[in-house]
Amino acid sequence: MIAALAFYVFAAILIGSAAMVVSARNPVHSVLFLILAFFNAAALFLLAGAEFLAMILVIVYVGAVAVLFLFVVMMLDVDFAALRGGFQRYLPVGLMVGLVLLIELGLVLSGWKFLPEAASIRFAPGVSNVSNTAQLGRLIYTDYVFLFQSAGLVLLVAMIGAIVLTLRDKGDSRRQVIARQIARDPNHTMVMMNLASHVGTKDLGYLRPTETEPEEAGDMPEQDHHEHAAQDVARGGHH
Amino acid sequence: MLVVGLGHYLTVSAILLVLGVFGIFLNRKNVIVILMSVELILLAVNLNLVAFSAALNDLAGQVFAMFVLTVAAAEAAIGLAILVTYFRNRGSIQVEDVNLMKG
Repeated sequence: MIAALAFYVFAAILIGSAAMVVSARNPVHSVLFLILAFFNAAALFLLAGAEFLAMILVIVYVGAVAVLFLFVVMMLDVDFAALRGGFQRYLPVGLMVGLVLLIELGLVLSGWKFLPEAASIRFAPGVSNVSNTAQLGRLIYTDYVFLFQSAGLVLLVAMIGAIVLTLRDKGDSRRQVIARQIARDPNHTMVMMNLASHVGTKDLGYLRPTETEPEEAGDMPEQDHHEHAAQDVARGGHH
Repeated sequence: MLVVGLGHYLTVSAILLVLGVFGIFLNRKNVIVILMSVELILLAVNLNLVAFSAALNDLAGQVFAMFVLTVAAAEAAIGLAILVTYFRNRGSIQVEDVNLMKG
């Protein structure tokens, strides 16, 4: 009885917040109502016994997707008032399509029943004394493991795609060029010499890398280091 | 299994789906709200899958709902990434301005 009452309360809030999502003036309010809708849908999942999906909905959808929406809405400097134009114009056709769809769905809902043999062709019958999460875990790691792997692949592709789309390279980032590092030769940076005592290396000039790379600003401190090293050698020679 | 009849769940999800479709029509200029409406539609689908799964005592529906959730999350991420990139290039997210490809 209480559970049925809870169902009606959660369903009412779900539908009300979904209506606010599509009709709120401010997109930030839309996102917040979307979060409310997700919470209530999670409650409906719980009432249907799908605990794991309810938790996934709260964690992934409220915690990640809705917050992502919130980030984007707040990050984009969009004149949302201009986007509201045509609201009245699209209202009648939207209402009409919605009404037709609702009537059709109502017709479908009213005239169907399960086949008597539907219970015997279940793919994965639930076990009564095992929790929902454990049952789902047993399923997705055995019968549905390939689907599980491909879902991971979908997420990987989505992640790479999102990074590729949004990563902005201004060209001033200093990257490691591994080929150049590997191709480095001791002869480019080091000169072996036989110093006589009390002579020093002053007349040879400072030791520098023979290959100058002007496009890399990162070489400057290294050159300074070399200069200091050469001076140290020179000073050491004078002692 | 269900505390209320299966028909109640199906009615709620039907209304949710219609609201999502209605939102797409209503906010034809605002891509962000259209994406949110798509999320609502997918939520309605998940509600259907979970309700049937509970009514038939068959967990395959919940497994399927989980994969729908995965794909929906990927879709939201990619959609928002495209939106951000588009806003950087054009300074606008109006649906009517999206005519670069002259499709």
